[in-house]
This record gives sequence, C-alpha cells and structure tokens, in this order.
Amino acid sequence: MADVHPSHGDPAATVNTAASRDVIAPGHTFGTITDKISSIVLTQRTSIGWYLGFLTAGAFAVLLLISLTYLTVKGIGIWGNDIPVGWAFDITNFVWWIGIGHAGTLISAILLLLKQTWRTSINRFAEAMTLFAVACAGIFPLFHTGRPWLAYWLFPYPNTMGVWPQFRSPLIWDVFAVSTYATVSALFWFVGLIPDLATLRDRSQSRVGRMIYGMLAMGWRGSARHWHRYETAYLLLAGIATPLVVSVHTVVSFDFAIAILPGWHTTIFPPYFVAGAIYSGFAMVLTLAIPIRAIYGLEDFITLRHLQNMAKVMLCTGLIVAYGYTIEAFMSWYGGNRYEGFMMWNRMTGPYAPFYWALIACNVVIPQLLWFRRIRTSVPALFILSLIVNVGMWLERFIIIVTSLSRDFTPSAWGMFRPSFWDWSTFFGTIGLFVMLIFLFCRFLPMISIFEMRTLVPEAKVEHEI
Amino acid sequence: MAEPLLPPVYGLMAEFEDPNQLVAAAHRAREAGYRRMDAYSPLPIEELHEAIGFEHTKLPLIVLIGGIVGCLSGFLLQLWVSATAYPINIAGKPFNSWPAFIPVTFECTILGAALAAVFGMLALNGLPQPYHPVFNVARFALASRNRFFLCIEARDRQFDLAETRRFLETLEPREVTVVAD
Repeated sequence: MADVHPSHGDPAATVNTAASRDVIAPGHTFGTITDKISSIVLTQRTSIGWYLGFLTAGAFAVLLLISLTYLTVKGIGIWGNDIPVGWAFDITNFVWWIGIGHAGTLISAILLLLKQTWRTSINRFAEAMTLFAVACAGIFPLFHTGRPWLAYWLFPYPNTMGVWPQFRSPLIWDVFAVSTYATVSALFWFVGLIPDLATLRDRSQSRVGRMIYGMLAMGWRGSARHWHRYETAYLLLAGIATPLVVSVHTVVSFDFAIAILPGWHTTIFPPYFVAGAIYSGFAMVLTLAIPIRAIYGLEDFITLRHLQNMAKVMLCTGLIVAYGYTIEAFMSWYGGNRYEGFMMWNRMTGPYAPFYWALIACNVVIPQLLWFRRIRTSVPALFILSLIVNVGMWLERFIIIVTSLSRDFTPSAWGMFRPSFWDWSTFFGTIGLFVMLIFLFCRFLPMISIFEMRTLVPEAKVEHEI
Repeated sequence: MAEPLLPPVYGLMAEFEDPNQLVAAAHRAREAGYRRMDAYSPLPIEELHEAIGFEHTKLPLIVLIGGIVGCLSGFLLQLWVSATAYPINIAGKPFNSWPAFIPVTFECTILGAALAAVFGMLALNGLPQPYHPVFNVARFALASRNRFFLCIEARDRQFDLAETRRFLETLEPREVTVVAD
C-alpha cells in the first residue's frame, strides 16, 4: 500500500501509511501485550479524569432514576406522548439503542467468521457497548408499558387469568428477539472474557482482586483440551450470533412494517433497518474508541487501520441507508398511493421538515466526506463525523415514528408531538447510564481481548514439524 | 503406596518459552509413549490438542441438539397456545398460522443453541473448578501471560518420577517442576 503512493514526500505521511496497515504496532511480545492491557485494570492509578467522567455520567444516570421513579408514580402522561403520537421518544430511543448494539455483534461475530484479524482489538469493548446499549434500549418499552411491574405478562407462562400472549403480533416477536439478543450477547461477551479473567487473577496483587477475578475465571488454566472446546464454542457462537443480529433489527422493523400506517407499511424496512443499525453502531464504536485510545495510550493496539476500516464500513452502510431513503421517496411517488405520497410530502415540507433535512444532512450528505483518505486518516474528523452520524440515526427513527403517527389518514385525527422535560431527561439519562457503564467496564475489565491480541504476535505462529 | 513419606505427586511439569517448543515437546512425549498429559498455553494453539492426542469434541453435536430442542419447543409452545390453550380469532387467521410463528421459533432455536454452546463447553471442560493441582506450581501463574507448559501426569502408566524428569530435560525446557497433588 505504501508503495502505491510514492507521491507522498514528507516523512509524516510515510509513517501514517505504515501505521495504517498494521493491526498491532511492531515490537510487541506476549508479555508486553499482557502487561500493557492488564495494567490499565490492575496497576495504573485511577486518574482524576476517570472520576470526573464517571461522576458526570453518574449524575445523568441519577437523573434517569429520578425520571423513571416519577414516571412510575405519575404514569407515562409525564412524557409528551399523546394520541395520535402514542410512540415518540420512547420507541425512537429504543430503536436507536438497539441499533447501536448491532455493531458490537457484527464486529465480534461476523468479522470473526470472515477472519478479519483487525477486529481483535476492538471486539471486546464493542461487545460491552452492545450489552450496555441493549440494557438502555430495554428500559424504554419496559417503562412505556406504563405498568413496568407487570412486564412479565409479555412472556408466555401459565397463569390464573388463563390468558396467553398473541403470537401473531410483531410486538411479541420483539420480546423474544430482544431478550434472546440480550442473553446471547451477554454469553458471548462473558465467554470471551474467561481467559482474560484468568490473566487478571494470576496478575492481581490484591487479595480481593485475586478472589473476584478468580471466581469469575472459574478455574480456567489454559489447557489444550479446554482451548480446543473453547475455540469450537466461540466459533459456533459466532455462527449463531450472525443470523441473530440480522433477525433482531428485522423484527424491530416488523413492528412498523406490519402496521398499515403510511411511511411504516413498506417492505424495504428490514434490510434498511439492519444497515442503519450497523451504521449507527460503527459510529458509536468510533465515538468510544477514539477517546479511549487517546486516554489510555492504546494507539499501538487500536491503530489507524482500525479507524479507517470502521470508517469504510460506515461509508458502505451509510450508502445502503441512503438508498433506503431514496427508494422510500421514490416509491411514495411511483406507488401512486395518495396517503404514501402525502406522507413523504409532509416529511419534506411539513412541521417536522427541519428534522428530515437535518437527518439527510447527517446521514447522507456529510458522511460522503469519508470517501477522502485524508478524512479517514484524521482522528478528529472521524470523531466529529461519528457524532454527526449518531445524531442523524436518532433523527431517522424520530422522523419515521413521529411524522407518520402525527399525520395519518384523516386530518381530524392529526396532532403534534412535543417532547416534555421528562422525555429529554429519560433520554439523556440513558446516555449517562451507558457512559457510566463504559467507564466501569474500562476500569475493572480488560477492554481489549488480551488472549486474542497474543495470537497476533508473530511468535504465535507455529510451524509444522512432526 | 511404595513411598508413603513423599507427598502425593500429580505430575511433572516442563516450562517452555514459545509455542513451537511446546508443540514439538508434546509430539515427542507422545512418541515416547506418554498418554496422560496436558499442555497449557496463554493463547489457543491450533495444533496443540492433536499433539497431546485429543482429537474430537462432542460440542458441535450438543449445540445441534440444543438448537433442535429450542426450535421444537418454541414452535410447539406457540402452536399449543394459539390452537389449544387460548384460541382467539385474530383477523380471521387460522389458529395454526405457522408463518407468523417463524420469528419466535427462530429466536428460540438461536437461544437453545447458544445456551448449549456455552454451558456445554463449560461442562465438558469441567468448569467451574475451584481447585486444580497445576496451580500449586508458583510459576504456573505465567501460563496466562507468556509461558507454555507441558505436564505429564502421574497416572500415566509409563510415569516414573526420575525417568520422566530425565525425558522432559531432553526437551530443553526452561525448567522442570514436580506438581504436588
């Protein structure tokens, strides 16, 4: 690659190109990788910045607690939702968070099956991100039921009322899809952690650390028999998680596509939701990876190659999403259905039009900058772009849900949605909870898979000899 | 039994610096006739399980069974609920409207297979295991960092404390340690 661009004269550019090829900086051994990653958890002093960040995020998490407590006491009338807009911020946030989770599974499962070794240094915290994002997502439908203490009614269980869930409804499919997704993501993440927990157990200086990591590692000793079964299980889990991740956002899109509302009732939703999920998820991975690699000095492990590859995935999925928007607009005209036509006209020129055009700017126009190599190799530019895509994908779900509900078939049934303070506080509260959990994760668990990084060292390659 | 004064021995452990040495040592030990042994490494090594004579794992079969059980129970649950336990007319659809049951059946298949993969792997590996003799060797803590170990166990028919130690020394390890049971 470096030889292909001989025009770059200055040495900085050469260094840049060299670094952009490597998935791990040269010179690392099994020992240095282990020490560097485990020292973040075990020996480095917790910085003031960590406490400040943790407390700020924690304050928002407390705001979430307050919001949810008040909501439980008063009911969901404290939100801006009202007929006709019965789904608003809650479902927007639910779909947004679930979508963010998808990149974690994509990185850990699909890229593993495709033998993309560059995934190794980002898969662990991408999986953690998945888990925390799904936790944040789950809060919204749970509290949107209005009686969260009766949420177990969603599951099929024998009860004295003699009633059962209605399995022909996509909402019940969603319960199964999201709960399976949460369970499988947690299992995948924990299985990946076991050998690293053993490393922490063996390297921890404190008794408490040895006990806790020791219990979590469950007596892992790196036996060849264990590794063989472990690798088999991990590969099978990846194979299982791959169709799962595609199914989850497909089922989420069914929540809309199966309704007859203009703007929801469309067959393009499943693929376009899945692409959008991966798009927003990679944006969130970049949003997290860029500050983390700078704060903890992990540029050796999360190299420019990783950032570039993620930018390319974003560009690709962003184009699929753009295609989805185009087809939506085209079909609403070409389909000749007057309600569909009005829906699209209303999106583009109606009361929520500024949000629609902001969404097009954030998701379609601005990310085209990623075609330029200079943007893809500029860390600050990638960070800003990732934030823009996060905002854009949130706007997309807001537009789909709120514009369609606020203007359906009869003008007498129209109504506007305006978020209340509690809509915003719950949303920002979940962001606070998410960031707080990420802070805790970085502090107490290895955020990069140590044993998988060891396999990238040249010495890990065994030459055949009998 | 013959030497009641000596502490019981689990095996002899040789320490190596890189994976190539460990794989070669495991091959040599098998050629020398040893069967009861295990190799320990900080990273998965593809050839290693074959070198110590461990070929197959039943895990894929367990995962398949888990998936089939999840699939059948997911579908039959929906069929029973919708057609027998609580039959209600939804938009004139038949009680057994099987196409609508596919998404939940699919999710149950995935769940069954994933649970079987994780808990099957842990069960076959005998984890969680609170105690294992190899941890009695102080340097074994490096097995999760950068060292590679081969342990020939005392229950091997060919095992002899002095003889096996001499054999292990010929493999050029960093050191050979007795593992107390």
